[in-house]
Amino acid sequence: MATVDNIAMRQDKPEQDAANPAVLVENLNKSFGRQKVLNGVSLRVNRGETLAVLGRSGTGKSVMLRIMVGLEVPDEGSVSILGQSIAGLSLDQLGEVRKKMGFLFQHAALYDSLTIGENVAFPLVHHRHDLSKSDRCDRVDQLLTEVGLVGAKDKMPSDISGGMQKRAGLARALALNPEILLLDEPTAGLDPISSGEIDDLVLKLQREHQMASIVVTHDLHSAKTIANRLALLDKGKVVIEGTFEELQESNIPFVKEFLKLS
Amino acid sequence: MSDIGFTTAATIRPPQPEPKSIPLPADGDPSAGLIGSFFEWFGELGIFSWNVLKAAVTLPFEGRELIRQLDDVGSKSLPLVALAGGAVGAVMSMEVRFSMARFGATSLLPSAIVYSVIQEMGPIITGLVVSGRVGAGIGAELASMKVTEQIDAMETSAVNPYKLLAATRIVACILMLPLLTVAADACGIVTGWITQTLSQPISFHQFVNAGFSGSALRYFLPPTFKTAVFGLIIGLIACFQGMRTRGGAAGVGRSATNSVVISSLFVILADVVLVKLILVLFP
Repeated sequence: MATVDNIAMRQDKPEQDAANPAVLVENLNKSFGRQKVLNGVSLRVNRGETLAVLGRSGTGKSVMLRIMVGLEVPDEGSVSILGQSIAGLSLDQLGEVRKKMGFLFQHAALYDSLTIGENVAFPLVHHRHDLSKSDRCDRVDQLLTEVGLVGAKDKMPSDISGGMQKRAGLARALALNPEILLLDEPTAGLDPISSGEIDDLVLKLQREHQMASIVVTHDLHSAKTIANRLALLDKGKVVIEGTFEELQESNIPFVKEFLKLS
Repeated sequence: MSDIGFTTAATIRPPQPEPKSIPLPADGDPSAGLIGSFFEWFGELGIFSWNVLKAAVTLPFEGRELIRQLDDVGSKSLPLVALAGGAVGAVMSMEVRFSMARFGATSLLPSAIVYSVIQEMGPIITGLVVSGRVGAGIGAELASMKVTEQIDAMETSAVNPYKLLAATRIVACILMLPLLTVAADACGIVTGWITQTLSQPISFHQFVNAGFSGSALRYFLPPTFKTAVFGLIIGLIACFQGMRTRGGAAGVGRSATNSVVISSLFVILADVVLVKLILVLFP
């Protein structure tokens, strides 16, 4: 479970690098048919910082993450990753940017014809040609140990629990030592104990790897635990952005209602 | 080169949002919407084909995955294709014998069987059987990977799914269809001979000699190699339908069905065009 020390540590201001943010999102707009999902969203996340994006279902949180990693194209606005705009990049150029990012999907999205070990090894097999088979094996063991999945290496994704699948997805996301970690609902669908374990794991990884992280979640407790700053989205717009205390002090009715009901 | 392959159908996970319906034009004419969808489908297929072509010719090649797909498309389709080819040969022998006997031309029966099987029946039966078995398999597998975000996960890992998933399957179909056709032809000729010899005993050697007499090998090569085009159609349509799937489990079912229906339709249409081309180019 997340400890008070952990929470206090995350509330400390991270090393700021305002001139060169890890992720810079400006005036993002996205519609699906007639439904406007994102309506001028702007965010920035500095290196070593964790931003939690909260909001009701259907407010475009996951779509925003998918745009950041190039899986969706915005109608308007721009996304810069480590100082590089991803607009108009070729697939190869986008691939180079993606290698610096780790993405944990809401349902883990493990390749279900591969074992857990093969899933974690997948990015290494395709991008770390310098590693020998034994080095790759060692790296997979190290990643699985890091996420607490020792002994699950030869299991199939369908043979492990949802929480374990998320851990395996996290290990895969970390395989290439990313500088940015994007987490889509890391605790959704998990029991409180598993959620706490995932929170602890994310905190530990952030502490050890000093990555910039964006966490999309409905879980206010989880957001409070793992994030330095929180952004609350409603109807495709950022209603408020700040620390948890700043959100608590807000007089905006939607923010008050959200915090009260969460 | 990948050590890791995608060989089994994926398990369905919680579905993604329902697909956005294609909005009708302002005048609300449904036929205009259908026509729009028709051209949209071909446009998307063109873009998909270009992406696959670019990925297929770019190094490094996914050799291990290609070998897995060759096995999946080739050796695993062989029993069904051989059975279908054998059945066609036997039926041809029985039907043609009856017609030939009416004109006192039963001596031409071996030629009629061999010619029909190799020129048309073997290739088209192979194309349709593979379209059903492989088309459905590829369509369902990729569709399942799409709706469970496995293809998105591949992209976020900076791995090109057009290369790893689509190009390998399409190339495997192109390479294996002619070989499977040869197997179907061989089975058709053997069962044709068995059926013939049950009514009027003839040695296999005599049957084959009579069957191929007056025909050069070059007459039989184009019909066999035209099935590479069938392979291209089956692989391309199945991968395209699979990778554009939306709508969860229902979407997976639709993609598998559409893969078979559309690829079978295009195989039949391509056959008509290719037969005419072969007649013109190899008179």
